[in-house]
Amino acid sequence: MNKIKCECGHVNHEGTVLCEACGKPIEGNQHIDGNDKTRLLNMRYDGSARRSQTYKKSIIDKIWNFFSSVKVGVWLIVLTLVASAMGTIFPQEQWIPANAVSRDPAIYYESTYGIFGQIYYQLGFYDLYSSWWYLLLVALIGISLVICSIDRFVPLYKALKNQKAKRHETFLSRQRLYSESDNVSKEEKQQIIKSLKKQRYSVRDENGHILAEKGRFSRWGPYVNHIGLIIVLIAAVLRMTTPMYIDEYMWIREGERTVIPGTNGEYYAKNKDFILETYDKDNQRFEEAIKKEGVVAKNFETELVIYKDQTSATGAEPKLEKLKEGSTRLNHPMKFDGYALYQAGYQSNEFSSMSFKVHETDDPNETAIGSITIDLTSPKSEYKLDNGLRVVIDQYFPDYYLDNGEPRSKSKYPKNPAFVFFIYPPNSDDPEVSFVGIRKNIDATGENEYKLGLQDFEMRDVSGIMVIRDYTLPLFFLGGVIFMIGVIQGMYWHHRRIWINPKNGKLLLAAHTNKNWHGVKTDIEKAIANTNVNMVKDQQELPG
Amino acid sequence: MDTLLNISSTMLLVAFILYLLATFFFGATIRDKRNKSKESKAGTIGITITIIGFLAQTVYFITRWIASGHVPVSNMFEFVTFFGMSIVLGFIILYFIYKMSVLGVFALPIALIVIAYASMFPTEVSPLVPSLQSYWLYIHVTTVSIGEAILSISFVVGLIYLVRTIDQTKSSKRTTWLEIVLFSLLIFIGFSLISVIFNVTGYSAQFEYTANNVTMTTEYQLPAIVSPYEGVLITDGVMQPWFDAPSWMHGADAGRKFNTLIWSVFVGLALYGLLRLVLRKRIGAAIQPKLMKTKPDLLDEISYRAIAIGFPVFTLGGIIFASIWAQEAWGRFWGWDPKEVWALVTFFFYAAFLHLRLSRGWHGEKSAWLAVGGFAIIMFNLIAVNLVLAGLHSYA
Ligand code: HEM
Repeated sequence: MNKIKCECGHVNHEGTVLCEACGKPIEGNQHIDGNDKTRLLNMRYDGSARRSQTYKKSIIDKIWNFFSSVKVGVWLIVLTLVASAMGTIFPQEQWIPANAVSRDPAIYYESTYGIFGQIYYQLGFYDLYSSWWYLLLVALIGISLVICSIDRFVPLYKALKNQKAKRHETFLSRQRLYSESDNVSKEEKQQIIKSLKKQRYSVRDENGHILAEKGRFSRWGPYVNHIGLIIVLIAAVLRMTTPMYIDEYMWIREGERTVIPGTNGEYYAKNKDFILETYDKDNQRFEEAIKKEGVVAKNFETELVIYKDQTSATGAEPKLEKLKEGSTRLNHPMKFDGYALYQAGYQSNEFSSMSFKVHETDDPNETAIGSITIDLTSPKSEYKLDNGLRVVIDQYFPDYYLDNGEPRSKSKYPKNPAFVFFIYPPNSDDPEVSFVGIRKNIDATGENEYKLGLQDFEMRDVSGIMVIRDYTLPLFFLGGVIFMIGVIQGMYWHHRRIWINPKNGKLLLAAHTNKNWHGVKTDIEKAIANTNVNMVKDQQELPG
Repeated sequence: MDTLLNISSTMLLVAFILYLLATFFFGATIRDKRNKSKESKAGTIGITITIIGFLAQTVYFITRWIASGHVPVSNMFEFVTFFGMSIVLGFIILYFIYKMSVLGVFALPIALIVIAYASMFPTEVSPLVPSLQSYWLYIHVTTVSIGEAILSISFVVGLIYLVRTIDQTKSSKRTTWLEIVLFSLLIFIGFSLISVIFNVTGYSAQFEYTANNVTMTTEYQLPAIVSPYEGVLITDGVMQPWFDAPSWMHGADAGRKFNTLIWSVFVGLALYGLLRLVLRKRIGAAIQPKLMKTKPDLLDEISYRAIAIGFPVFTLGGIIFASIWAQEAWGRFWGWDPKEVWALVTFFFYAAFLHLRLSRGWHGEKSAWLAVGGFAIIMFNLIAVNLVLAGLHSYA
């Protein structure tokens, strides 16, 4: 390596721009930070040697340099930003509304948004955030973050560690804040030091050369926050590629107990009750709003009992033991053993049982001869009445509809139950056929002696429950916390340095900060008050 | 209950008037060319009135909280009002760091515009739907709002920078863009003006239209320039619409919102035209001489500091608290809902800004333009995403 020895005696790494010890610009390297074109020195990394600015030959150098460029980093961020925004032009696939023409993206986008929708669909933007190129962009940001941080952190750390209080005159005069003063007495100097110390600067005095510094730790803020971001990215990769994340959905009926999906049959849940509350119309507080908006929901909640299977062998008859009783409602999931159950949906249009009475067709009073109750979760095939009459369920359509004149069932859930009954009069093997459903009662032949009438029914609610287990959450959280610590460290504290060096009977005063110039100026003003030291001049006035 | 709500709305009005008053005092500081001590006196009075106004608005906030039983950030009126209050807070913070009176001349009117805009939404206290019943909602919304407000101060200062420094002797792309930015602010004023005018006259026109196979009616409070897509006017004796909204504007009440937007732009244009007639030059050129005393360097730094202070607050509220809440409510901390995506876009934008600031060429004017861009994104998220792009968060 070509080490460079400065006139102050310090040996610098190859590619150093400003001597690590005294800050003298090193000849031949000034183009690296653009110092050759400006009067002020570029102090971003204290002129330390960065790998990316020094080695440019091999392919590895080139890749390294590409990713450590802030320009590239900004481009990546901007591209991701633009891509993210494009994903909101039309709804993403998972946000296609339930009442859309079709939830099939191939149909939905074109039929709803016309030609633009079609293009959107064909470009794959309907699932943009899991597209390979979006993930690639994020991954590139991640790589860039790592390389860029390593490229700068080490040299910056060394430069700040090696810095001397005695600085070369060019270094001082080419700082943004600079002044020269004559006739400054020793006492005045001591007074300044005292004032700086009072302002919580740590002051180093090397043979009358003074460096006052504060807030250096804020310089590590960006690196801390980048580490936080990397942890978040690692968490995201884990979440996508390992079974650390379980996401299931179940419908569970009131009174029903089922195995919880995603738990390998280990846990069961029983729905004790589903509760839907709305705001009272006479609620004084919200009277006006409710008048305007109509019914407003107040609470969705499912009361659950969780059971754990105590048998260890799979396939064995489960032996359930109650683990927990509680409820899940919106915003307040029920948690147990790393799982969380979320109230995510409900249906209130299912029948649980129906009762029918049998009467004689020509009885104007429809007096019941007998009645049957059908439990719709497990309908029996035959019901016997006291008087010897038999009712047989020939066909059962839980969710009845007519398909071209053919009765069919839309689903297996009893939302609109209908039956074809065979009624066997006492001591007869000749059934009468009738079709009975909600507000339907059809006598196929018109000659039936008996008729069934709907007497009563019970309905029950079905809760939609999301089952989540996400072991990556702590990692995301950790990343988030570290990120926040990093940004706060970098943004709410500022690195400030003030140099006071004697040179040929004059006192040179210079200062640098990475952010808060107003603050450092105020600090200096306070420190030099009532002395002969001239206030620093801001050499960087913006045009205007 | 009612008395509490009365106190609440009165205090909001008091705050509004005080902010207006404070603006004039700050205005006096830039008008007065001779006397430095007079300037600081007017500034002190200005900031004192601002703080009293802020306290009045805090009383509004607390009394409304007690009256409604939940933190008043749960609908558009409450949220936008709180945003206006946060802008004042952001201004107070930066005023005490930099003691720059001219900030008040721009920041307070923008807070006023925001509060006026808020009061155009339905103001009665509304019950909380289950998805909003979480204290994470309050933590999230208030933090986001404060973060965005501090970031908005960077826009305010950036705008001052641009008005102060852009060469107004000849017309250029930059002067045109600056006028566009100033004109956009007039649109908000236009919106408030036109809403008040037709509210007072009690104008109403009803339309019937079909969206997603459901027939709905919508009530226009402004004469209909544009009707909902394939909408039918069912009120007699009111202005016939000039044309239909395009078919892709299909959200609930999209036609009405589009109509309001058109009106706001019209009135904004009229106001702008009027101002140009009176001033006989670009608005930017008219304000510029008043700002010559301010130092561009300092403006640039304040604008940057506002972002440095606001970015962590925004990230905490808009990304981290938002994720925690989403995890509690929906079982997933991130769902690529439009509102979430736009929070991420905002985050990326300011991250890009901070990285650009690392290199020299991006200080000064470019920085100021970026601050304007950031504010545009925040406003887009606040208004357009709620009203145009449908999502979970649609309050209104
Ligand atoms: C979304 C992703 C990123 C975020 C949120 C982020 C955030 C930040 C923040 C907040 C700072 C502090 C800025 C300041 O103190 O003024 C910073 C500094 C920095 N970032 Fe990033 N960053 C991201 C990506 C990147 C990438 C991809 C690169 C690589 C090219 C990069 C390179 C740097 C550098 C070089 C610094 C300055 C370090 C210093 O001053 O010592 N960042 N970043």
